[in-house]
Amino acid sequence: MDPILNPFSSGTRLRDMIRAIRACKTAAEERAAIRKECAAIRASINENDPDYRHRNLAKLMFIHMLGYPTHFGQMECLKCIASPGFPEKRIGYLGLMLLLDERQEVLMLVTNSLKQDLNHTNQYIVGLALCALGNICSAEMARDLAPEVERLLQFRDPNIRKKAALCSIRIIKKVPDLAENFVKPATALLKEKHHGVLITAVQLCADLCKVSREALEHIRKKCTEGLVRTLKDLANSSYSPEYDVSGITDPFLHIRLLKLLRLLGEGDADASDSMNDILAQVGTKTESNKVAANAILYECVQTIMSIEGNGGLRVLAIGILGKFLSNRDNNIRYVALNMLMKAVTADPQAVLRYRATILECVKDADASIRKRALELVYVLVNESNVKPLTTELVSYLETCDQDFKGDLTAKICAIVSKFSPEKIWYIDQMIKVLLEAGNFVKDEVWRALIVVISNASELHGYAVRALYKAFQNHNVITLTSIFYQEAFTRVAIWCIGEYGDLLINNVGMLDLEDRITVTESDAVDLIEITIQCHALDFTTKAMALVALLKLSSRFPSCSERIREIIVKYKGNFVLELQQRSIEFNSIIARHQNIRSMLVERMPVLDEATFIGRQAGSLPDAGSISAGSSVSLPNGVAKPADSLVDLLDLNSNDAPAPSSSGGDFLQDLLGVDLSPAAQSGANQTSKSGTDALLDLLSVGSVSRPVESPSAQSNSSAIDILSASKSEKASVSPLDDLSSLSLSSRTTSITGAAPMMDLLDGFASTPPKSENNGTVYPSITAFESSSLQLTFNFSKQPGNSQTTNIQATFINLSSDEYTDFIFQAAVPKFLQLQLDPASGSTLPANGNGSITQNFRVTNSQNGKKSLVMRIRITYKINGKEKLEEGQISNFPRDL
Amino acid sequence: MIHFVLLISRQGKVRLTKWYSPYSQKERSKVIRELSSEILSRGPKLCNFVEWRGFKVVYKRYASLYFCICSDQDDNELETLSIIHHYVETLDRYFGSVCELDLIFNFHKAYFILDEILLAGEMQETSKRTTLRLIAAQEELLEAAKEEASSLSSIIAQATK
Repeated sequence: MDPILNPFSSGTRLRDMIRAIRACKTAAEERAAIRKECAAIRASINENDPDYRHRNLAKLMFIHMLGYPTHFGQMECLKCIASPGFPEKRIGYLGLMLLLDERQEVLMLVTNSLKQDLNHTNQYIVGLALCALGNICSAEMARDLAPEVERLLQFRDPNIRKKAALCSIRIIKKVPDLAENFVKPATALLKEKHHGVLITAVQLCADLCKVSREALEHIRKKCTEGLVRTLKDLANSSYSPEYDVSGITDPFLHIRLLKLLRLLGEGDADASDSMNDILAQVGTKTESNKVAANAILYECVQTIMSIEGNGGLRVLAIGILGKFLSNRDNNIRYVALNMLMKAVTADPQAVLRYRATILECVKDADASIRKRALELVYVLVNESNVKPLTTELVSYLETCDQDFKGDLTAKICAIVSKFSPEKIWYIDQMIKVLLEAGNFVKDEVWRALIVVISNASELHGYAVRALYKAFQNHNVITLTSIFYQEAFTRVAIWCIGEYGDLLINNVGMLDLEDRITVTESDAVDLIEITIQCHALDFTTKAMALVALLKLSSRFPSCSERIREIIVKYKGNFVLELQQRSIEFNSIIARHQNIRSMLVERMPVLDEATFIGRQAGSLPDAGSISAGSSVSLPNGVAKPADSLVDLLDLNSNDAPAPSSSGGDFLQDLLGVDLSPAAQSGANQTSKSGTDALLDLLSVGSVSRPVESPSAQSNSSAIDILSASKSEKASVSPLDDLSSLSLSSRTTSITGAAPMMDLLDGFASTPPKSENNGTVYPSITAFESSSLQLTFNFSKQPGNSQTTNIQATFINLSSDEYTDFIFQAAVPKFLQLQLDPASGSTLPANGNGSITQNFRVTNSQNGKKSLVMRIRITYKINGKEKLEEGQISNFPRDL
Repeated sequence: MIHFVLLISRQGKVRLTKWYSPYSQKERSKVIRELSSEILSRGPKLCNFVEWRGFKVVYKRYASLYFCICSDQDDNELETLSIIHHYVETLDRYFGSVCELDLIFNFHKAYFILDEILLAGEMQETSKRTTLRLIAAQEELLEAAKEEASSLSSIIAQATK
């Protein structure tokens, strides 16, 4: 039967439209047919013919279901609802529920119609309105219409009462304040015999208990007994065909009653006591071979587990779960695992009895069951059973599905790190996991392993030998095979770099170890193979370069060979590798005297700091670990990310990680190279996160040294089209502030001192040339703690550019550290800052920091200089910030 | 609480969607896409539950149609499965051995029946007989309105003859 009322109406009928759409052979055809139909419907809507409204709406709903936009039909819904006839209202409300959701403004327009319909004389129209209200009402509508619904809870027809009860659930969920109005009528409904009303009343009471403490107390006091009796009657009732589901009378009502009893029994011994008998009866008498019966048993077990303890009942419940667990139906096993998870807090010993079965479930073919079981295993693990359980899980790792490995490794790693009884066992297990599923572990995992190895000084030799052996035995990397494990490789090369000497000499052999013979060149071979493997990402290769550098000092005889390997990367497309290659090459070739000092063994990494940091950065973990496959158009964004990770590891106590090669060295070596670089490093490390903030608050900020990645970029402009990326990074900044940013050109100057550092350990910040007119110095800024003076000089032949030397003097009695000066200028000026002479400012004016910069005034003669400054420093580790504007520059600069 | 009900054909075509929690139209199509690919790809012997975005989706296949209900994590999955079965049996009684075509051409009726069984994401009526009685009563109203309209138009037609 078609939803067509007027036999004279023309146009396609709903049935014909559906047929036409179904006849379409391609998606394009379907789209065309629907477009045509939609056009016809729009036209018909514009004619505003009430006869077609009904049919148009039905068509629109079908079109909507196919996923096409139908917003233009929303108003038609409202018109249908407003029309007097039942058929229009019925389709109108259906359309309302389907085409709109509660967040749409249009919905507000319907409140009035709903109110009228809730008071309609036709009970079916009242039913339609209740249904719509219950399914989509918003908080405002709930407030407006709650009195009507409350009244309808006492309506003469039970079918309206049940709808009103469910509608009330929606209302109290949207507006919990209204709950108290519903408590009385809801409890009154609990006495009804009509199942529909009863089940809805039970649900309403359950929701009232959830939103309101008073309601819970009231219902617990007044209704518990009655509910127990109702459940008893239901459980003992004779066969009634109307409600029978495979031999059980109304399992739905059973379940809802059990659920409500659970809420009432939780935390209340008396209430729990009063329901013991009926729970025992339901738990024992229900035959469990049908879904409905199992659903009741399942609910019953949940209730038993939640209410106040009764030993006998608990035993019964665990027994039921045991039976479930051995059931062959996957659904039943799934819910058993689900339930055991909850039971584990109440009675871990009882759950542990099913350990073997649960472990079997971890290997199930069904992903949902595996996941549940794994979670359960995870909560079951304790110090005493960690070893056998882990062994089981690790051995399963070899055979399990690829897509399950991620979850499984995550859980194994968590278990191992949480419960490992000794470090050697931890190291062994982690090596196994990394070998089996290294590509599935998060970055923290292998980093944590390195931290643990570094901390276990007596196991350094053992770890490096174990890793070496594993590497060899598993062919982790061969040039031809694609089987590789990134995370494992990283740990292995890090350890070989650090502890290469222990590997060769079999130092610190444990009794359980077999003696192995590894020559120096074997170790270098291994790293050479790694670095040549194309499949490995560049972070691993960067680590390999560091390892080689370290080995060059540990194995002097291989030094020349290592240098040759390193030198191959000086033209690498990845800037990070290129930079490391050049720097390391220069260290090996020219700085023999300091090399051994540079590559001394890493200080022990602090576990506590690492764990703390991990906790702090946990949300990022996912994104970081995703950085393993990087595409590198110009080597900026992602590499920096993973390098920061890398550095995190290598320099746990450095002020902050930064990814420039120079800083890396500095961190790595723990040598304070030069104050100039130091201040640069400090500032850059900040720049990443704070740049935007700075920009927004100060206008634009100019930094002495550009951020490291961009720095290496500009040095490689020829190789890569890095100029593009530079430009891209400038423009958003310009947009952000009305002031111009002038730090771009500094990259070259930033790079220059770095080369100096490596060559002679002497930093000579470019001297400003004093020439031309002499301008008086000014005191640009003075506070109670700090004085800043500017000395000016002009560049010869360039009247627009002024060289300024800033001198900072500390007026307080505390030393300032991490001193950073930043400046910003309006658009007509350009600013270039050189590195400062230091980052520490001694107390009481006993010394100063100087910093040179150049300002180019494009409107020289018309406008005078103006500048905003921002100075940050630390007093005894406490951050201080000073800001100010300088406008007392000599006029003609 | 039930958050939504979906009927998806084996080819991934949507046959019915009912939302009890607010999802914008955009989210709805995303949810449907995600879930249909997840559920349709599951093997026949696996359990009927899928954990999804912190909810549980219970699904069951009847012939070419997948009936899916998304409910809260702590809801009784086996009961949800029974609700699906209850709905299917009601449809079956109404249409008389229901098939997918019935639900395509009479999709609105599938909605009306669902609205008599579930409301606000909760169970409304556990008796199939009552549900069908209510549907029949409303269809009578429909017929009455139709007759009235046609008699009215025949009067008009006669008057203008």
